Amino acid sequence: MAARRPLARSIAAHAVLILYTLIALFPVFVIVINSFKSRRAIFAEPLALPTADSFDLVGYRTVLAQGDFVLYFQNSMIVTLVSLFLVLLFGAMAAFALSEYRFRGNSLVGLYLALGIMIPIRLGTVAILQLMVASGLVNTLTALILVYTAQGLPLAVFILSEFMRGVSDDLKNAGRIDGLSEYRIFFRLVLPLVRPAMATVAVFTMIPIWNDLWFPLILAPSEATKTLTLGSQVFIGQFVTNWNAVLAALSLAILPVLVLYLIFSRQLIRGITAGAVK
Amino acid sequence: MSGALTLTGVSKSFGKTEVIQDIDLTVEPGEFCVFVGPSGCGKSILLRMIAGLEDVTTGEVAMNGRRINELPPAKREIAMVFQSYALYPHLTVRGNMGLALKQAGEGRAAIAAATDRAAGMLSLQPLMERRPAELSGGQRQRVAIGRAIVRRPKLFLFDEPLSNLDAALRVATRIEIARLHRELGATMIYVTHDQIEAMTLADKIVVLRAGRIEQVGRPMDLYNDPDNIFVAGFIGSPQMNFLPGGLVGLSSAQVGIRPEHLTISAEAGQIAGRVSHVEKLGGETLTYVAAETPGLLTVRQFGEQDHRVDAPVWLTPDPRRILHFDAEGRRLRG
Repeated sequence: MAARRPLARSIAAHAVLILYTLIALFPVFVIVINSFKSRRAIFAEPLALPTADSFDLVGYRTVLAQGDFVLYFQNSMIVTLVSLFLVLLFGAMAAFALSEYRFRGNSLVGLYLALGIMIPIRLGTVAILQLMVASGLVNTLTALILVYTAQGLPLAVFILSEFMRGVSDDLKNAGRIDGLSEYRIFFRLVLPLVRPAMATVAVFTMIPIWNDLWFPLILAPSEATKTLTLGSQVFIGQFVTNWNAVLAALSLAILPVLVLYLIFSRQLIRGITAGAVK
Repeated sequence: MSGALTLTGVSKSFGKTEVIQDIDLTVEPGEFCVFVGPSGCGKSILLRMIAGLEDVTTGEVAMNGRRINELPPAKREIAMVFQSYALYPHLTVRGNMGLALKQAGEGRAAIAAATDRAAGMLSLQPLMERRPAELSGGQRQRVAIGRAIVRRPKLFLFDEPLSNLDAALRVATRIEIARLHRELGATMIYVTHDQIEAMTLADKIVVLRAGRIEQVGRPMDLYNDPDNIFVAGFIGSPQMNFLPGGLVGLSSAQVGIRPEHLTISAEAGQIAGRVSHVEKLGGETLTYVAAETPGLLTVRQFGEQDHRVDAPVWLTPDPRRILHFDAEGRRLRG
C-alpha cells in the first residue's frame, strides 16, 4: 500500500498535467487541423480531422499567393530577432552593473527598472505614438523594435541580475587579476554561466513580441512594415472572413516561434530548474 | 624579484562601518606572512585591498616603496589563489594557466615555456588539455596555484586556499605550498582561519580581530609570548586554559596555562576537579577536567594515559610557564 501511494500520486499529477496540456493545445490543434480543410468542412464539423473529402490547401494557396506575406514574415522576423538581441544585450549589461558594482542608488535603480514589469507598456500608447510621430519613426520597423526593447528590458534585468548575483565573485576577481577588462569578464566569464537564464528571458521576451497586434497596428500599419499578425488581419473582413486563409496564416506563424523555442528550450529547462536541483 | 609590501595606516569602511581600522604592517621580501583570525575579522577584505579588488578608504599600500593604491589589480605584479579555485570554466588547464601572460601580450613560446615549467612543479602535465569540470577538487586547486606561479608575480596572495579540500588533501597541499615557497623564494600572503595552517606555514603571523591587528610575530613567539588573552586563546590547539589568578595563589587578575603545562595527579595538587572526558589520540592524551571555579580545563599528556571518567584529580600548573594577564586581558610581563 505504502509503495503504491507515490505511484497513485504520480498518476494524479500526470493526469492534471496532461489535462492542462490538452486544454492549452486545443486551440492550436483546432487552428492547424482546420487550416487543411475546405471552407464547408470547417463550418460543418470544426472538430473533425481533415479527411480525403474535406482536405483542401486553399488557405495556404491564398496566403502564399498574396505576395506580401513573405514580406510580413520577414518584418516579424526582423522585429522579433533584433528586439530580442537588444533586450538580451542591454538587459544583461544592466543586470551585470546592478549585481556587480556598488554605487549610490543601486537598489533604487534596480527597483525603477523592475517597475516596468508591473506597469503595462500599453498604458503609454498615446505618448509613445506622439513620440514616434514627433521623431518621424511612424511606419518604420525601428519604432516597433524600440518599443519592444523597452517592453522586454524590465523582466530581463530583473531575472538576469538575480542570476548574476549567483556567479562567483572569485571568478570575476581572478579575471581582474589576470588583466581581463570588465567587458571581457562580462562577455567571456559571466554570460556563458548565465546562459540558461538568458534562454529563459529570450523565450519570455520573444513570444509576446511575435504575437503582438497592438503596436504594429498603431505604430507601423503601412503595407511595407506590416508584421505577420497584422498581415493576417486582411483576411478578416467586417462582413466576410476568409477563414481558410486566416487559419493557414496563423498555422504558418506558429512555425518560426516553435523553431526558436526549441533552440532555447534545452537551456530553458536548465534555467527554470537551476537552484531547485543541484 | 620578490616584493616587499608596506601598509601604512590602512583603513576600509563601508558607509559608516569600519571593517579595517588603521593597519600598519610590513612584509619583507621572500617572507611567508599569514593573516589569521576568526571569521569576520577582516582578513579577506585586507587581502583584497592588497590585491586591488577593494578600494582603500584611507592609508597607503606600497610595494617596494612605490604607492600602488591606484594601480589596477593586473598591474600590481601579484597573483591570487582563491578558496573556490575560480578557474575559467571555458578554458583548458593550459588556457587557464596561460591567460594572464596572453593578456600581458607575451609571445606564444614564452607562454608555453612558463606554463610547462609551472605544470612541472605541480605535476600537472597529464591534465593540461582537460577542462576544470573534469578535475577533482585537489587538482583544481593545484591548477589554481599553477596559474599563480606562471605569472612570476612579486607577491602571491592566498585566500583560504585549502578550506574546500578534505583533511588528507589539505595536509598534502599545505606541504606543497611550503615547498613552493622555498623553491620560488617569493613573498606570500596567506589568509586562513585555521591556526594550524598559520603555525605550520608562516614566517610571520598577523593575528586580526574586528579589523585590527592584535599581534604580529613568528609562530613560536605568538605561541609562547602572546600579547593578550585573545592571541593566547586563538593560537594553539587545544586552547590555552584561563583561570583567575587567585585560584593558584597569584596576584594577577587572570592567568593562562597551556594544556601541556598542567600536570595531573590522583593524590594532590593546586586545583581540584573531576575527570569529565578523555580523548586518546595515540601519540597524546587530552583529559578534560571539570574544576569547581574556572570550569573545564584541558590537560595534554604525551603518549597513552588512563584516567577514569568522574575520578577526582588534582591539577598543578608549571609556575615558569604561567602567563599573567590584567583584567582587560592585556599581558603582564616581567
